[in-house]
Amino acid sequence: MAQNLKPKKYSTASTILTAVFVVVCLLWVTPILEVVINSFKSNNAINLDVFALPTAESFVGFGNYIKGLTFGNYPFLKSVGYSVFISVVSTFLILLFCSMAAWYIARVQSKFSNFFYYLCLFSMIVPFQMVMFTLTSTADSLKLNTPWTIPVIYLGFGSGLAIFMFVGFVKGLPLEIEEAAAIDGCGPVRTFFNVVLPMLKPTLISVGILELMWVWNDYLLPYLVLDITKYRTIPIHVQYLKGSYGTVDLGATMAVIMMAILPIIIVYLFCQKYIIKGVAAGAVKG
Amino acid sequence: MSKKNDGAGLNSRLIRRPIQRWAPLFILPVFAAFCIGFVWPFIQGIYLSFCNFNVPSDAKWVGVQNYSKIWTDASFWNAFKNTALFAIVTILLINVVAFTVAYALTQKMRGSNLFRTVFFMPNLIGGVVLGYIWSMIFDGILRAYSTYLTANATYGFWGLVVLVSWQQIGYMMIIYIAGLQAVPEDMLEAAKIDGASGSQTLFKVIIPNVMPSITTCTFLTLTNGFKLFDQNLALTGGLPSVIENGAKMNKTELLALNIYSTYNINKNWHGVAQAKAVIFFILVAVLAITQQYFTRSKEVQQ
Repeated sequence: MAQNLKPKKYSTASTILTAVFVVVCLLWVTPILEVVINSFKSNNAINLDVFALPTAESFVGFGNYIKGLTFGNYPFLKSVGYSVFISVVSTFLILLFCSMAAWYIARVQSKFSNFFYYLCLFSMIVPFQMVMFTLTSTADSLKLNTPWTIPVIYLGFGSGLAIFMFVGFVKGLPLEIEEAAAIDGCGPVRTFFNVVLPMLKPTLISVGILELMWVWNDYLLPYLVLDITKYRTIPIHVQYLKGSYGTVDLGATMAVIMMAILPIIIVYLFCQKYIIKGVAAGAVKG
Repeated sequence: MSKKNDGAGLNSRLIRRPIQRWAPLFILPVFAAFCIGFVWPFIQGIYLSFCNFNVPSDAKWVGVQNYSKIWTDASFWNAFKNTALFAIVTILLINVVAFTVAYALTQKMRGSNLFRTVFFMPNLIGGVVLGYIWSMIFDGILRAYSTYLTANATYGFWGLVVLVSWQQIGYMMIIYIAGLQAVPEDMLEAAKIDGASGSQTLFKVIIPNVMPSITTCTFLTLTNGFKLFDQNLALTGGLPSVIENGAKMNKTELLALNIYSTYNINKNWHGVAQAKAVIFFILVAVLAITQQYFTRSKEVQQ
């Protein structure tokens, strides 16, 4: 009863807490703000003082951005193109084939499917360093070392988590629906695509987000597998800017970094509900 | 025949066997890719750790020679020490801060959704880019004291701690928030009625109930800490490097980066690098399984 008397009233303590968090959050985004600020400053000005705001002299407008597009002997937009292609295709392959395999594993439960399932769980604790040299040579000999074929490797190395999450979800689905579909004359293919896949939608979103974040930000796998004189993804591109010591143009680099992270932050602000849900769901593993 | 058996038979006839007939479509693509991307490289990796090789096709069996080389490799033990220390510091720091933030944000307060969004944001940025951003910031700060990030191993180590904490606190916070929201409301009310103090409620009711989240987050921070590579490479690249007893040693290298740089010394070190990778794998696997075992046993049965 007493609670009903003052609905939705924030206490003084909660107001103080809000104030504290406003300050902490401002500090939290400072590194990103520094990138924004420095991307508009000339290289000399950054070297003089990273934290100074741009002045009339040090402000170079979008000059760094224009320079950043061609900076580092490799067109930035080409890296973006490869990054987008590799992450979208890899995520698509992982979602499609792993959900199919997971349905098979959960419904068939043969010796082989159980063995495969435990192998997938096992692969989740194996660090990439364990397989990186041999994976690179395997990829070379099978001609999987181009941006067009590298998604196959992502499908192989990334299937552990995806299959684990999908199997967990499929096991919770009522069998009756699939039986009804089968009685009505649906074959396994139609049952999967028309009945099971739509029910998997929440898990598809979660897994999709986790895999997309992984592939998009992955550095070492494409760096080792691809011929980097021809093909670069965004992380490789950024690492190469740093590699060229002595000639580092911090202003242009910050502009490149801005161009690399701004689209992701915009996407995040629009679908943060799904991303945060996806992370919370993916964390059930372990 | 009982009704139950009928059901199983029906299920088998309607679902199981028809799917099995389609195995080539449903499971073969992933299985093939999995063999190429994981099974074969893994098996070959174990084999090559006992070999001298430049490329896998010219491998010559040398027994445990690679493993005994690691024993005397100071750079490996330096990286091991760094990694262990790094993992301990980040597990404590990230989990304590993430839990505190999650606890505060699940209280009734204005703007908690916005704060959540902000804390999670660094996760979207890849390790290499983060390393670059922070090396600029640290160099900017240290310039005031006329020094720089890679001048001293202490700067590099703690710089990496700051970077990784900044990146992962938001991620773990999300998991803790999900855990805290799942604490049964009636338990909290019962604690209140029984006159439990704030800290009693926290330690006797809330923490035991969010134990699954604590398991997950310590697991993730532990394995992330041990497997860290991109951030290490981009922030300091292992620098500064010193020569000790005639061998080059990168002072701020963690294990994953040490394996990588060992491989790049020259072809005589390929086998050693692969042997280090095997030890690294066993270490991560043992830690992960042990950690699961210990924290799982503390979880509340519901």
